[in-house]
Amino acid sequence: MKKESVNHEYSQLMDIKNVNLSFGGLKALIDVDLQVNTGEILAIIGPNGAGKSSMLNVISGIYVPQQGVVKWKGQIRKKIAPHDIARMGIARTFQNIALFKGMSALDNILIGRNILMKRNIFLEMLYLGSSKSQEIEHRKKVEEIIDFLEIQAIRKTPVSRLPYGLQKRVELGRALALEPELLLLDEPMAGMNMEEKEDMCRFVLDVNEQFGTTIVLIEHDMGVVMDISDRVAVLDYGIKIADGTPDEVRSEQKVIDAYLGVG
Amino acid sequence: MLRDYSKLNTFSKVLRNNAEVYSNKPCIREKEYGIWQTYTWKDFYHQAQVLALGLRDKGLKRGDKISIIGDNRPNLYITIAAAQLIGAVPVPCYQDSVAEELQYILEHAEVKIVVVENQEQVDKVLEILDRLPNLKTIFYDDPRGLENYKNKEIHSLKLVFDSKDVDLSWVDSEIEKTSDDEIAVMLYTSGTTGRPKGVLLSYQNIISVTSKACEIEKTTVNDEVVAYLPMAWVGDFIFCVAQSYLSGFCINCPESRDTLTTDLREIGPTYYFAPPRVWEGMLTQLMVRMQDTAKLKLWIFNYFMVVAKKWGNDILDKKSVSIWGRCLYNLGYLFVYGPLKNNLGLTRVRMAYTAGEAMGPDTFLFYRSLGINLKVLYGQTEATVFVSLHRDSDVDPNTVGPAFPGVEIKIEDDEVLYRGTGVFKGYYKNDEATKATVNSEGWVKTGDAGVLDKSGHLKIIDRAKDVGKLNSGKMFAPKYIENKLKFCGIIKEAVAFGDKKDFVCCFINIDLEAVASWAERNNVAYSGYIDLASQEEVYDLIAKEILNVNKDLSKDAELFESQIKRFLILHKELDADDGELTRTNKVRRGLILERYGKLVEAMYKNDKECFIETEVTFEDGKKGKISADLKIKDMEVFDLEGVAA
Repeated sequence: MKKESVNHEYSQLMDIKNVNLSFGGLKALIDVDLQVNTGEILAIIGPNGAGKSSMLNVISGIYVPQQGVVKWKGQIRKKIAPHDIARMGIARTFQNIALFKGMSALDNILIGRNILMKRNIFLEMLYLGSSKSQEIEHRKKVEEIIDFLEIQAIRKTPVSRLPYGLQKRVELGRALALEPELLLLDEPMAGMNMEEKEDMCRFVLDVNEQFGTTIVLIEHDMGVVMDISDRVAVLDYGIKIADGTPDEVRSEQKVIDAYLGVG
Repeated sequence: MLRDYSKLNTFSKVLRNNAEVYSNKPCIREKEYGIWQTYTWKDFYHQAQVLALGLRDKGLKRGDKISIIGDNRPNLYITIAAAQLIGAVPVPCYQDSVAEELQYILEHAEVKIVVVENQEQVDKVLEILDRLPNLKTIFYDDPRGLENYKNKEIHSLKLVFDSKDVDLSWVDSEIEKTSDDEIAVMLYTSGTTGRPKGVLLSYQNIISVTSKACEIEKTTVNDEVVAYLPMAWVGDFIFCVAQSYLSGFCINCPESRDTLTTDLREIGPTYYFAPPRVWEGMLTQLMVRMQDTAKLKLWIFNYFMVVAKKWGNDILDKKSVSIWGRCLYNLGYLFVYGPLKNNLGLTRVRMAYTAGEAMGPDTFLFYRSLGINLKVLYGQTEATVFVSLHRDSDVDPNTVGPAFPGVEIKIEDDEVLYRGTGVFKGYYKNDEATKATVNSEGWVKTGDAGVLDKSGHLKIIDRAKDVGKLNSGKMFAPKYIENKLKFCGIIKEAVAFGDKKDFVCCFINIDLEAVASWAERNNVAYSGYIDLASQEEVYDLIAKEILNVNKDLSKDAELFESQIKRFLILHKELDADDGELTRTNKVRRGLILERYGKLVEAMYKNDKECFIETEVTFEDGKKGKISADLKIKDMEVFDLEGVAA
């Protein structure tokens, strides 16, 4: 895949200020500020129930916080429909794989291109004109992703027959097919063995490096987080307790307390 | 097409001629982005010329060495061609070699430029770069992951290919300068014993031998071959590069190693070469899959396999077969053999070879009975491959066929010697070894013990130096025993001991796939390789196979004392990364005896168990340790007549 120019128009892709989110009486996020800088890999970590997934859903626009401001490329973002989120250039993978089980890896990734396809039902039925060139263009892009993720051998295998690690890779492929500016990964390494984790780390780094995609990820494996992220934000009971480089975060007393408990 | 090879006496001249006569015919294909991309002979020649200039600009001169490291990729084949155009010597290396192995070859060959496939190989070369004063330039094919490498030695092949306004007339003048006694390629032997040696092959060697091979098999421009065996291996160079040059057929490069089966099916090669290991693996996998099929299908399969066994080989050999036999066979072709061959991608195979190791007669005849014209070839890098070869309608599974045209074979002190036009020019910078191998009359020692039978077929028994004697004075040929063991499909590798001992013992490596499938069907629970290998049921299963081998051996007056008395199943697979096998998967006896000496001792001391800890190398080069308590099992042996003692 060709290296695409990184959009440096906004140094901050996303700016979240004083966000409060609660479900009934349960406060999931309390006065959280978070910036996502263009081109970085940002990890959100925290103990169970700290509000990580909620945070990711606020970023992706699935949840609209009761209070606070979410700015996307400097513009305040209101409530938004899922297909519009995709159109904005935000793609994600899920904690529990959400692929179409009966479809092949290739078709699953092709679905990621859905939002970029311009449709004309008549031309499509006859496979004529623009619909033909479009199809070729999209398939080319999908093949580039298959090549990038090194999944040529499973191109035509139904995903339900694939091992877990490969399914995760196909899911990443589908997200990439959208050519996102911001890629959200919800526990991309969960349930993987050492080798699969190493592979996945390399792919995440390659995506960031080659396409200049900004990545926000939630991850429990501290080794992975500290190795690959440029910045780490730590949540605990809905409050952001630290934000900085992996080294800064590691030595932060509050983080140590949150993880090890205060004696 | 017959051409005059006295004029076209080097590869560069042949290639230039091919670009004219075959111009728009496919020369090499590669599956990329899911589609087969074709280079015609014209493209291939042009690219090679452009790259030749690029190599010249990096200081590559006539006679210099250039190394190629990677999987079979068109650009790497183009590199070989480019080097040959300007009289430089290509030295392909095994792509899975670890850095130290590479270092030895690159240093010994004084390689100036390496052309590698991808980041993995670049990393390996960079690791050893400071120890290689001659190496100044690294070209890479696949740019992935290499954007941020700042080393000044690293260059992209693509930049060279994209260069505009190149003056190709210089290359043309270089082509004229090449002569047939120049070195075409230098190939390092796998090194079953000691350090690898660089075998020098001239154009005269290669063209004289290859043209005869093409004649025997009547290869044409319409043949198709899939290039999947290591480029550093002489077979790939002769069967793919040289034969394609001389016949004009197309080389197909698979997308990746994992997609080989699919790619084979898509291409449908007419010419297929595989070591016994691959043929056996294919058969094992097939049988495992058949076990899972519906009862009716399994019955049909079994019924027609019996039919094939009875008549298939005779039909292939064009012998007279009863009408009833032919009818049943054709029916079988419709229901079983045809679809099966299609599934394996072997429908169009017109000629198939196996070599490198002995192949079980059952496996061999299985493929032949399906109508696949599988033949055995015996060869060496030093002979430009061909020493002996089965001919159509004259195939015997127990031999390696009669001498190749232009090759003489004789047996001296049990050892096979040969001479002919293909005999190499010597080992690079190693006159001592050359003299020890080739005598003044041009006879080359193969190091293999063998006999010539009445029909003129050569039969190989073992490596001459491995053949030993039991304390009783009887001959002990370890490889012969090991091969018999390996033929059963559930034993992947075996190592037999017995030289200067009272009886024979052996190590067994189980075939994980076959045994795992067996375990599943028989409700044997296990957690991994080590666990499976140590199960009592698996020991019993292996013992059953060994008993068959013992029974077989007991019928041979020479070998009945070589029956296996004790065995153990190793806790890990013997691996080339740990140095236990060569890169061509041959057992390194000396090293195994050294590393597992404790186990061998235990087997001869009548111990029931032995603890072992071994170091293993993982794919990324990291090392770890695994340990296990291995059980040693006693075997029943038979009297000479085949009766239990």
